[in-house]
Amino acid sequence: MADLPPAWAPYTALLGSRLHAQTAYRAGFVMDLFANVGIGLLEFVEIYVILTHTSTLGAMSASGALLVFALANIGFSLADLAVGHVDNLPTYLRAGTLDTFLLRPLPALAQLVTSDVALKRLGRTGVALIVLAVATPTAVAHWTPAKVVLLALTPVTGAAIFSALFVMAAAMQFWLVDGGELANSFTYGGSYAASYPASVLHLPLRVLFTFVVPAAFTAYLPALLLVEQPGPAGLPSWLGWLTPLVAVLAWGIALLVWRAGMRRYTGAGG
Amino acid sequence: MSSSELLVQARSLQRDFVVRRRAGRLRRTRHVVSAVAGVDLDIHAGEAVGYIGANGAGKSTTIKMLTGILVPTAGTVRTCGLDPVRERRNLARQVGVVFGQRSGLWWDLPLVESFRVLAALHRLPSHTWAPRFDELVERLELTSFLATPVRQLSLGQRMRGEVAAALLHRPRLLVLDEPTVGLDVLSKERLRAFLREERAERATTLLLTTHDMGDIQRLCERVLVVDHGAIAYDGTLPGLVARVGAERVLVVDLAEPVAPLGGITHTQLVGVEGGGLRQRLSFSPDLTTAAQVLAAVSQRADVRDLAVEEPDVEEVVRRLYAASGR
Repeated sequence: MADLPPAWAPYTALLGSRLHAQTAYRAGFVMDLFANVGIGLLEFVEIYVILTHTSTLGAMSASGALLVFALANIGFSLADLAVGHVDNLPTYLRAGTLDTFLLRPLPALAQLVTSDVALKRLGRTGVALIVLAVATPTAVAHWTPAKVVLLALTPVTGAAIFSALFVMAAAMQFWLVDGGELANSFTYGGSYAASYPASVLHLPLRVLFTFVVPAAFTAYLPALLLVEQPGPAGLPSWLGWLTPLVAVLAWGIALLVWRAGMRRYTGAGG
Repeated sequence: MSSSELLVQARSLQRDFVVRRRAGRLRRTRHVVSAVAGVDLDIHAGEAVGYIGANGAGKSTTIKMLTGILVPTAGTVRTCGLDPVRERRNLARQVGVVFGQRSGLWWDLPLVESFRVLAALHRLPSHTWAPRFDELVERLELTSFLATPVRQLSLGQRMRGEVAAALLHRPRLLVLDEPTVGLDVLSKERLRAFLREERAERATTLLLTTHDMGDIQRLCERVLVVDHGAIAYDGTLPGLVARVGAERVLVVDLAEPVAPLGGITHTQLVGVEGGGLRQRLSFSPDLTTAAQVLAAVSQRADVRDLAVEEPDVEEVVRRLYAASGR
């Protein structure tokens, strides 16, 4: 048994096969990549137009708002790259692909997540990274080691939170027939809300997109700490330090919902 | 056989589905439908079992419970000594499944890549799976299309690939759900010949559902007929044919057109083609033999060629259902 391949070998093989499939159609891949650059630019144009008409957005300076935009977009595009395709679940349910997953010696969710890796999303990540590079020097005045760690960690925690939202939205499909629209409002709606300072939202929405759908944790709350600004009513900026915890919690809930969904699918009750 | 290990053991296996129907504008009624209702099933290591029944009789649902995809509503099932749902991942290492209607391969990759990924999924060291892969490639004649993307394969090629994929990890039990559906005669025969070899060499246990009597004849020594979620027959194929009194058909090609061959004892003329060049006579194997019928025909016409057709699965199943009072 000493020569048994390592436990991660199945996943590297699955992801490797996905990369292979994408590079096999290089022209198509490049087009997809540019399309995603386009999506990123359109999103940027939207916030840019708003910022040319107002010097502050939700009590944040223009550079602060761009920092929020960039962090949210990096997190979301990375989550979309790694797990966004879990929203194919309804197709997989109809085609019986999930049954095929269940006949293999790996967890079904791990197979669903590794069933694709959408490198084309890097187009959107790239746009957001450029915005981040431009906005950060102006937005962040006093650098401390804690801020450096926070800035490096936020894209990771943001991606983790959005990934958890994707998994939850996918798991909801076990109950909803053709509930893709509702699931999208959860993920894409959360991404949209996360791209702007949560202070522009009315209080009920602000609470919703912080404590129910934890979108504000992906960018706005860490950004408040980076620019050293107090938060609006209901959202003190120290909440930003809880982001890693929120990411872990979101994944915990996502896994519970997924498990309940699988139990429903196999008919084990629930 | 009875002394060998039990690979499948099901007791009073039941699976209900809730069907919701519209009843009026807002009201919906719930109906509970039992797809499988009280199946007892023992399959010993090394057996080859054909599982037949009408569409919706409960075949696929049973297979899904045996392989850990569905949880039984009631009753128990153990496959390879394991609880299929709780120990699903362990079971997956010992069972190979081919669903004729869906694919276990990666459609956008060359066929050979699917085997590499599958070997990795099962965490097979290369010195274990490489010889097995070579063996399967040779015996299923996959060489010429190993480099072809799966989506470009013909159905026959893809099915051979699917079967090889299901056998790469050397499962003890191979489950085939409609493996020959849509295949041409030659592809069917090639696949059956391979499965016979696989059984002979590795004593792989076989459970297959099919609509093709040829699959049962060539592959299975035991037949199970499922009706309304329960086992209606468990025994040999000749026993089943005898029980339902299904008739065989002697097809004769004649040297020149002959008047319809009616009135031969214990036969019924069921078809005349080509103005009398080809004629079909059905007979019950209980009452007469193909040789006797042929002798009677030869007295009246010059027979150039002949074939004996077996009753098809649908016909046998229909007769069995009718006999059991439905």
